[in-house]
Order: sequence, then structure tokens, then C-alpha cells
Amino acid sequence: MSMSVDTPVEPRNAPRAGAGAPAGPGHAAHVLIVPPKGFQPLDLPELWRFRELLYFLAWRDVKVRYKQTFLGAAWAVLQPLMMMIVFATFFGRLANVPTGGLPYPLFAIAGLLPWTFFSTAVSGAGMSVIGSERLITKIYFPRLAVPFAAVGASVVDFVVSIGLLFVMMAYYRVAPGPGLLLLPVIFTSILLTALGVGTLLAALNVAYRDFRYVIPFLLQIWMFATPSVYMQVDAPPPAAAAPAADGAQAGAAPAGGSDGRAADAPAKKGPGRKWLRAVLALNPMTGLISAFRAAALGGPIPWGPFAVSTACAGAAFLVGCLYFRRVEDGFADII
Amino acid sequence: MSYACNVRGLSKCYRVDRSAPRGRSGYKTLRDDLTRLASAPLRALRGGPDGRSEEFWALRDVNFEIQPGEVIGVIGRNGAGKSTLLKVLSRITKPTAGRVELNGRVGSLLEVGTGFHPELTGRENIYLNGAILGMSRREIARKFDEIVSFAEVEKFLDTPVKRYSSGMYVRLAFAVAAYLEPEILIVDEVLAVGDMAFQRKCMGRMHEVGRGGSTVLFVSHNMPAVESLCTRAILLDSGTVVQQGDVREQVAEYRRRLMGALDGQQVALADLDAPGRRLKVFRSVAILDEHGEPTNHLPLGGEFRIRLTLDAARAVHYPTVTVGIDDNLGQRMISLCTPLRNPVIETLDGTCEVECRVANFPLAPGEYWVKLGLATPAERIDEVERVTMFTVLNGDAFNEGRGIHQGVCVAPTAWTVEPKGR
Repeated sequence: MSMSVDTPVEPRNAPRAGAGAPAGPGHAAHVLIVPPKGFQPLDLPELWRFRELLYFLAWRDVKVRYKQTFLGAAWAVLQPLMMMIVFATFFGRLANVPTGGLPYPLFAIAGLLPWTFFSTAVSGAGMSVIGSERLITKIYFPRLAVPFAAVGASVVDFVVSIGLLFVMMAYYRVAPGPGLLLLPVIFTSILLTALGVGTLLAALNVAYRDFRYVIPFLLQIWMFATPSVYMQVDAPPPAAAAPAADGAQAGAAPAGGSDGRAADAPAKKGPGRKWLRAVLALNPMTGLISAFRAAALGGPIPWGPFAVSTACAGAAFLVGCLYFRRVEDGFADII
Repeated sequence: MSYACNVRGLSKCYRVDRSAPRGRSGYKTLRDDLTRLASAPLRALRGGPDGRSEEFWALRDVNFEIQPGEVIGVIGRNGAGKSTLLKVLSRITKPTAGRVELNGRVGSLLEVGTGFHPELTGRENIYLNGAILGMSRREIARKFDEIVSFAEVEKFLDTPVKRYSSGMYVRLAFAVAAYLEPEILIVDEVLAVGDMAFQRKCMGRMHEVGRGGSTVLFVSHNMPAVESLCTRAILLDSGTVVQQGDVREQVAEYRRRLMGALDGQQVALADLDAPGRRLKVFRSVAILDEHGEPTNHLPLGGEFRIRLTLDAARAVHYPTVTVGIDDNLGQRMISLCTPLRNPVIETLDGTCEVECRVANFPLAPGEYWVKLGLATPAERIDEVERVTMFTVLNGDAFNEGRGIHQGVCVAPTAWTVEPKGR
């Protein structure tokens, strides 16, 4: 080859190591390999050094997903759109679910978009590590890059599909409020939850292939356990809805304020519903999707549930990543 | 801190589950672990041995040091621990004990084309594979044209690689790896790809990398390649370093062990672990001369005999035995198979000896490796690579007054000359 063109020691890397040894973009200049010992900290600097790999893995997932499809990236929009039509038919027309005065299709899509993101991100990440067997047994890189990249690919789909929400808002003449500025924060919480859950499932999937079957099933159940996808759980029940809806402007029910009243009403119906509510409140997606919808469509933000869910999101992220780091050393041996 | 790589007391232990069926079905299931947890909670939580698993030390107390710029060969027989050593050094798997220090940017190449995606185009795969190997986007962009011309795929850059011929695919995969410029390069036997011309090109590139000042750790069964690339070698056997030093001495010792252990006797295979051994049917192998005496040196064009001892723990119906003979580069030279029609073995149950004879062995002078395989029409049962080697010596095969100097095989010839007048 024409090596002569390049000088052998040309500055192929930023000379940040100083002492002669140039640090590569992906590899540290000094490496110590010792037996694993218990929980590893989350090595964010290393992950940052490998950001280009993360980018390329996500880019590959996006590229490959719609290769040889006729509609291409339109699928990112079509999937939630079709779900919305199904929901609008069953919940909106037949069941007449209260939406706090919002047109049901708009109400549904504002919940479905973040849910679809969460669901594809978690299932993509959960399957990602066992799908990368060749990579993991043949080359070193921070293993977290694999599930993170899978989630990253779902972010791209989400960004494409969010356009649908704005188109529908324009169609129904619903103006976004100042809550729109909060949208990135809420999305970050959803992202953290997806990263945490996805990473945890990815690691479990390596040791126990049972999770191949658990993941789709889990996501289906999770969707039903997230009432805010298909109905407004924090809205007062139909009997008490009339006075509450009276006070609500621009349609949206004051979700935060209605919590107290909503809790009273089911209490009379027996302890069962109260217990169910407590369980549902533990689901971070309930609060996050309610908050997402409220922020996008200009309703009052349910601060309480949002704060709880954000804390849950952070916890899920930490638990998922730490467990992953704990077991990743064995991946190449057991995958 | 003057060394590039310092390995101290390195050991790696695998736990082999003897109760699990052999082969690829070694996954734990949740049920197994839950029942284990229920039956012996303390032991299961501590992760200690449960009686069903055995320890297997792939590496045991390995010590060596490599100076910057050295090109080191790692040689040893099957199961000596070479691949495990490379996996630990490239940080794919963690050691059980000991420590390794590496000074410099490490690039490892245990396989070419890792991460290639069939749906992506050649161009896209160059970037993806480069990133996986640890190159930055700028670095890849800078070397892009060289990679493409090395691989000779200019015309197909925007074609998905799934439409590539296998030769093009392998050339592209190697080309990306060839332009990796690490300070420490760890290479497994990846040069045995592509056609002969491309292999020569790859070896040339390896020479350049070595001369360019990189530290190289090179694993191969190809002794001529090791001797020409490396200055020093480490000889491994059963997970330990037998000796290290001058490459010629190590290669000689390797051959002596391999041949010496064989010459005049057969090679035992009963305890050899290899990935393809679902059932250890092959017990021993010996190459024999025309008088039936074990040997590892055959005269050119002479009789070749190989004797296998088989022992099946369960009845195997209609097995086919294959003896594959490869050259030093891993290219298959000839396959000797038991016939499908009128099978020589109908049911293999218990022990038997199988012998194959080739009256005029056609391969040219050189070193050859033997691979054994046993399969039924339904499944592969036992496969072991590089069980033994032998040398064909140059000589006057057909009483023609000379040996051969060119070509890869010989055949008896008959010449006629018909005078056609003037």
C-alpha cells in the first residue's frame, strides 16, 4: 500500500496523553486487566470515548430497520397512527372515555407516541445484546453501548413521529402552551426509564433466554397497566366528572387537583380500587405519559405524579445499568 | 513501564457443566436456576460448584512480557489456550486470576468483518466496522480510499454486501482491519482468508504493520508465517507457557512436540476438548507408512494410510467418517470420506478401528494438517481440527529421475510421441 504518503507517526489522534503515547478515540492508552470484583461503577467517561461507536450502532439500526421496505420511515408514523385509529374507535366512540374535553384522537396520540417510543426502545434494547453475539465474543467495547444504541435508534423514530402530533394539533386547533418547554425534560425521564428497563432486560436475556418470551408479554401487560395511554386515569370518574369538567378551561381536566377528589370517590367503592391505584402510581410510565400529554396539549402539569415518576426513572436507570455492569464480564463466556 | 504488555500469573477457569448436553445448548434456563436456588439456597447464592460442573483451566499462571515494537508469535497445539489468551488480552473476557498491563492503544482482530451487516452497503460497512474496531470517523474518512483500493471493490461500494461474492466480502472485511493502526495489535488466525493472491497481500500488510513500529501479537498454525513475521515466540501447551524466546527455537520445539509425540505412536484424542465434539467418538489417530508403521514423513507419491480408533458411547447409525487434509494456510487440499453407497460402517456401537489407504498420495512436498469429522445423515457428531500433521518429502515419486518443484499435487503420467514425419 502507499504508506509512503502518510508519515508513520502522523497525528492520527488528539495528543491529549502528552507523554508520547497518543490516546485513541476509542481506546485508553494504558489498560490494566484484572479479575472482576463485584459491582462496577458506571464508567461514563469510557462510554463517552466510545460515543462514535454508539452513534454508528444506532445509525445501523435505523438504516437497517427500513431497508427493503416500501414505505420506509413512514412506518414510524404509521404504527402509532393506526393504534390511534383503533383506540379512537373503541375507547373514544364506543366506551366514551372521558378526555377532559379534548378530541379523543388527539388525546390518544399524545399518549401513544411516548408509549410507542418506550415500548420499541425497551424491546429493542432487551433483544440487543443477544443479537450482538458476534460483536461481544470478538471485540472489546463498553457493552452498555449495545442497549444504549438500540434505545438511540428508537429516539430517531420518535423524533420523526412527533411531527404527527403537531400536525394533529394544528388540525384540531389546539395550541401548545408554555408546558411545551418542559417536553424535553419529560422525554428525558421516559428515556431514562427505557434505558434502565431495557438494559436490565438485555443483561437478563444473556443468562436466561426465557426473557426472549417475557419481553413482548411484559410490554403488553405494561401497556394495560399504564392507563394514561388509552384513558385518563387521573380524571374523576364519570359521575363526578361534570363539576370537574365545568371548572376546566381549554378542555383539559386539572389532573393534579383532581387527584384528591378522585381518590375519595373510589374509596367508597371498596378497598380494591384504592389498592389498584396505589399500584398504578408506582408505574413510572403513568405519571410520565400524563405529564407528556399535559405539556404537549397545554393542560396543567400533574407535578406530584411527575416528580414521583422521574425519581422512579432515575432509579430504574441506575438499577438497570449497575446490574448490567455487574454481569457484563461474563457475557462473552455465556452468550 | 518500558514494556508494551506485561502478563503476570494470568489464569482463566471455565466451568463446564457436565450434565448439560454437549454442543451449543449450554444456556442456563431460569427454571434451572430457580430449582437450584430452591434445592440448595446457600450454595446457589454463593455460586459455588454444585457437583454437576467441572473446572477447566484454559490458562494457568501465564507470565510474559513484550517490549514495544516486538512482533511475537503465540504458538501451541489445539486447546493449548491461545485463543483464550487473546480473548483476555483483548478484554473480551476477564481472567480468573493474575493481571495484565498494556501500554498503548490496543487493536484486536480475532475475526475479520466483525459487525458487518449484510443489508448495509460496502461504504456503510467500512464506517461501521471501522468504528467497531476503534477508529474515529475522521480516521476512517482519511483512509477510505486506501481501504477501498486494497479491497478492490471500487465498483460495488454502494451495493449491499449481501450481494457481494464471498471473496469480495472477505477482502473488504480484511481491508478495513488492515488499516487499523494501533500501537498493540492482537491478531488471531485471520489471515487464512481469501484466495492465495489476497493472502499474500495480507501477509505483506502484516509485515508493514510490524515494521511500522507496532507491537504485534500473532497467533497462527502457519509456521512459515510465524517464522517470517515474528522475532520471538511463546509456546503454550495445556494453558501454560512451555518456553519462550527465539522464534526458530520455539517453532522447532513445537514441531518436535507435535511430531515427536506422534512419531512411532498414535495421537490420543479421548480427552481433547474442542467445540465440535458433541460426542467424543475419535479416540486416537495414527498416520502409517506402507508397512503399517506409524510415521509422520511420507515419500512423494507413496502410500498414505491413516488409522482411526472410534469408540461410541451410544449407537450411531450410518456414520460417515471424513479425513480432511489442509495445508499450512488452512486451505483444504483433499477430503477422504467413507462412501455413502455401501457404507463401511452401518452401526457404530462400541470400539472399532478404521483404516483408510490412498495408494498414490497426490499432494506435493510440504506440511499438512489432519481434521477428523464424523456425522450421520441427521447430525454432526464429532469434529476435531488439526489432530495431527505430517510432511510429504520430495523424492522421485514415479521413478522419473526427479522430484517436483512446482504445483500442489502430483500424478503419474504417460507420454506418447508419434513421429509425424518431416
